[in-house]
Amino acid sequence: MTFINLLNIMKEFIKVVVTSLPNDVVNALRSVCESEEGITKHVCNYMLKNVYLASRTQKPLCQDTGTLMFFIKAGSKAPYLNVLKKVIVKAVKELTKEGLLRPNSIDPFTNVNTGDNTGKYIPWIEWDIADDSDITEVTLYVAGGGSSLPARALVVRPTDGLNELVKLVFDIVPTYGINACPPLIIGIGIGATLEIAATLSKRALLKPVGARNPNPKVAKLETLLLSKLNGIGIGPQGLFGKTFVLDVHIEYSYRHPATYAIALSLSCWALRRGILTLYPEGRAYVSSHGVWLEGT
Amino acid sequence: MFGLKVHKLRTPINDEDIVNIAIGDILFLDGVVVTARDLVHRLVVKEGRNCPIDLNGLAIFHAGPIVKRHDNKWFIVSIGPTTSYRMEPYEYEFIERTGVKLIIGKGFMGNRTAKACRDFKAIVTLYPGGCGAITSFNIEEVLGVYWLELGIPEALWVLKVKELGPLIVTIDSKGNNLRNQIMDTVNKQRRKIIKEIYSSIANL
Repeated sequence: MTFINLLNIMKEFIKVVVTSLPNDVVNALRSVCESEEGITKHVCNYMLKNVYLASRTQKPLCQDTGTLMFFIKAGSKAPYLNVLKKVIVKAVKELTKEGLLRPNSIDPFTNVNTGDNTGKYIPWIEWDIADDSDITEVTLYVAGGGSSLPARALVVRPTDGLNELVKLVFDIVPTYGINACPPLIIGIGIGATLEIAATLSKRALLKPVGARNPNPKVAKLETLLLSKLNGIGIGPQGLFGKTFVLDVHIEYSYRHPATYAIALSLSCWALRRGILTLYPEGRAYVSSHGVWLEGT
Repeated sequence: MFGLKVHKLRTPINDEDIVNIAIGDILFLDGVVVTARDLVHRLVVKEGRNCPIDLNGLAIFHAGPIVKRHDNKWFIVSIGPTTSYRMEPYEYEFIERTGVKLIIGKGFMGNRTAKACRDFKAIVTLYPGGCGAITSFNIEEVLGVYWLELGIPEALWVLKVKELGPLIVTIDSKGNNLRNQIMDTVNKQRRKIIKEIYSSIANL
């Protein structure tokens, strides 16, 4: 596979992610549309119509194409790893120039927008290695501003850990969450330190809607938080209805004896997440959307 | 919850056009909309800069679009609302100074803005967020752009729109605020729910 080939695949992949939603999210929205009534049904149907039109016309379904965050699981025997980062940065720059991505990268001290979606540490890339594999998996999450704004992370006394977590969820989600484009997807991270909890809360958003944590106790807590959050009756876009939250996911690491770090990430209903699998001979498949990419 | 009362509005908007519009009503707008978000609000309200376009009777849109340029003409690729609550500290004075009549944004605004709506006769509406593609088809023309040096998302984009909506009224010109109803609902239940979960956690 040539550099240009890989670059085109990456551009096509980013385009798929910002112009359409993964299948699990579309299906979740469709069932919300069916169960809502009155104004919230009207609004949800409008959202679905937008999803359809965005995909048909290849336009970004939300104008906020976010901060691009890549989570890479690189096969230890996979080719092209030495160019993958360059390819990502170039793809992001070109797509911004082509008017597919909104320039969202701003110097926090001068407030100057770089205009091309790159800057210090941006796009954000996290690396992991898949042992003895020649396959590389690239997950892209587009972090929009509106739903990133209410995120929180803190370290609490370990004796109160879970209770503090519940309190954090109910302090933030039903209040700030109404402005973050509900129905929301909630990612919760638990760990030894602040940044472990924070990154796990973001990785929680990468799980498919409807998937439960393999630990039955954690799964039970996910379901409990989901039903209690929806039980308040806030509904889509905060206009009173049945579904305020599409799903709650928890990811955790083991903690330190003295700490219990908790973090909360939110996603708007327009959860733009894609998983690209790169095979060594050049095949590329977006499993989240069920699309093969040609890269030509 | 709501009666799904639908109104059509056209700019310039007069006080009489909006006095009978209530929270929960749905609007569709024809006319001129100007995007104005964080920096525009700060510059006009805190630094006293004059808004480069007369907003009296017009609508503002808390939004930062994706744009394209062809043959010296701008086109909107995707546009939708951004979180309006960030503008809450500035909106009272912004409405007072500019005479803007309709605010379009995402989510809800607070009671200072509601007071401005009552004092100066204006309304605040929520546009469903995340609907940038479909909305680009309601933009007939980009009439101009000001303060582009703030960056594409923060600039003032002057847009001619047709049937922009559904815009759901969250603050009416009497100062009624839908956000207060939601917060009442949340506050009535929150403590009880947290206690229920605490006892469930003990038996996980």
